[in-house]
Amino acid sequence: MTSLQPQEQIHQKEMDVLPKKSHIRSFWKFIKKNPAGFIGMLLVILSVAAALLSQWIAPFEPTKASLSSRLVPPSWADENGESAFLLGTDQVGRDLLSRIIYGTRISLMVGFLGVLISMVIGTILGLVSGYFGKWLDDFIMRIADIQLAFPFILFAIVIMSVLGTGIWKIIIILGLTYWVGFARLIRGQVISLKEQEYIQAARAIGGTQFRIIRKHILPNVLSSILVLGTMYIAEFILLEASLTFLGLGVDPTIPSWGGMLADSRNYVTTAWWTATFPGIAIMLTVLGFNLLGDWLRDRFDPNMKV
Amino acid sequence: MIGYVIRRLFHTVLVVFAISLLIFFSIRLTGDPVSVMLSAGEPSKEAIAQLKANLGLDKPLYVQYFIFLKGLVMFDFGESFRSGGPVIDLIMDKAGATLALAVGGILVSIVIAIPVGILSAVKRGTFVDFFGRVFSLMGISFPNFWLGIMLILIFAVNLKWLPSSGFDGPQNLILPSITLGMILSGILARLVRSSMLEVMNQQYISTAKSKGISDWAVIIKHAFRNALLPTVTFIGLQFGSLLGGAVIVEQIFSWPGIGRLIIDAINQRDYPVVQGGVIFLSIIMVFVNLVVDLSYSLIDPRIKSGGSGHA
Repeated sequence: MTSLQPQEQIHQKEMDVLPKKSHIRSFWKFIKKNPAGFIGMLLVILSVAAALLSQWIAPFEPTKASLSSRLVPPSWADENGESAFLLGTDQVGRDLLSRIIYGTRISLMVGFLGVLISMVIGTILGLVSGYFGKWLDDFIMRIADIQLAFPFILFAIVIMSVLGTGIWKIIIILGLTYWVGFARLIRGQVISLKEQEYIQAARAIGGTQFRIIRKHILPNVLSSILVLGTMYIAEFILLEASLTFLGLGVDPTIPSWGGMLADSRNYVTTAWWTATFPGIAIMLTVLGFNLLGDWLRDRFDPNMKV
Repeated sequence: MIGYVIRRLFHTVLVVFAISLLIFFSIRLTGDPVSVMLSAGEPSKEAIAQLKANLGLDKPLYVQYFIFLKGLVMFDFGESFRSGGPVIDLIMDKAGATLALAVGGILVSIVIAIPVGILSAVKRGTFVDFFGRVFSLMGISFPNFWLGIMLILIFAVNLKWLPSSGFDGPQNLILPSITLGMILSGILARLVRSSMLEVMNQQYISTAKSKGISDWAVIIKHAFRNALLPTVTFIGLQFGSLLGGAVIVEQIFSWPGIGRLIIDAINQRDYPVVQGGVIFLSIIMVFVNLVVDLSYSLIDPRIKSGGSGHA
């Protein structure tokens, strides 16, 4: 223990030499170097905050209808200057801004939980497929091929039309169909990792297979999992909104962006705001995750093909 | 080559088989469609049994599946619960509209994505490239149905240049095609850019340049021609997701295609039509993929030669 002390002292001295404001400076440097990644991060943080704090920041009850304030224009676009709603109201007088803020919850929940399920399934199957190979690999990859050949939206339309709407159903269907991307990515990496010398060495000194996978292989594929996961969140949010728009997604009584756009369809000609703002919310959130995913990929895994 | 074709054909049959299995059983997940069809009022036991017998639902599940599969091979998807007519007739009626929309979408995406991708690659790192990349990122971040609504709002409602719905002439195809093609153009522009960059690093490009051929001639004749192959393959492989996207776009623009047929059938609980429509679209997609793969291997001999690559 005592032998470590001198080194620690040196380390301490180095720390003292560094300028005090280095954190702020390096942060500024980061923004200047990765403006797109920074914007992505900001958008993601913003949407997560909106979802977590919706109860407190939403100006009105998102489900409270009021016939006297049907289709009120946004306050800044109202010629009479009577509107009390920043983004206007919908066809039954519910505040759009509050509904958009609450809608973030649905979108992010589907994105995060759906990706979590597909990530866990895909990672396990990818590791197994790549590490053990042989017939197991053939079997898993054949299933993956079949899933890839079938457009998700059609599959989801069939299933949801039978099961009926519901947020959990969407999450599970997304999770159960999108594992293929993770499995393929990880399988490929594991196959090349398996032949690395340190893995062979770990095996030679008698490391169990579970230990090798957990200690040596998994940490090496984590960054790719993270990149793909971020991009899939963006995709899942779009898919959920599309399905809900078709009436096959989240329950129409719950405020969600896809549902708001579906409601707006009959009022496009008279109330442009009902159709415009929920779409902007989707776009900014999805853009945020895509930018973040792009940046993470460039940072961790520039050769990754996503 | 023949071995590859046979393997690929076998795989296609397997996929179609799996899709039929998946759809057949997922539609029957919630029990029998009879209770849904007779949900109005209190149906008598006899009525239920009668309807089941008529629809062949009294037979064991595997027999039903066998009958379904046999029909599939003959392109017989059964009869519509609602109209009583053959499902395949309904589908064929709408297939032309969906095909027109898909082709329109592909054209739009090509017209937009190829110039954007090439310019992005040639002017790499400049403002042009930046805008190109922002464009492709926006392309994949837009919900396409929202883009459709916005196009209606701008061009049909405010400017009154184009119709928002209907099926009267080519002007009806413009807004739906843009809506459908936009997402694909985002991804496609990215792909064109990266394949152009890859090709432009090759030695024969430097050779062509050193021979004094003008820049744009090199870019178009030498670089783009070689970058074209992955582009064409990609477009072919994206045909399926385009058909999926068409389902939504048709809904927005009241386009009388297969997608609209499927959604209407869902709302009317007309399961044979849903089932038939989805399988029809899936089979089309699988076969387009097959054709793309096979023609790709004809154009690029590197693919069939290596037995080791994933064929």
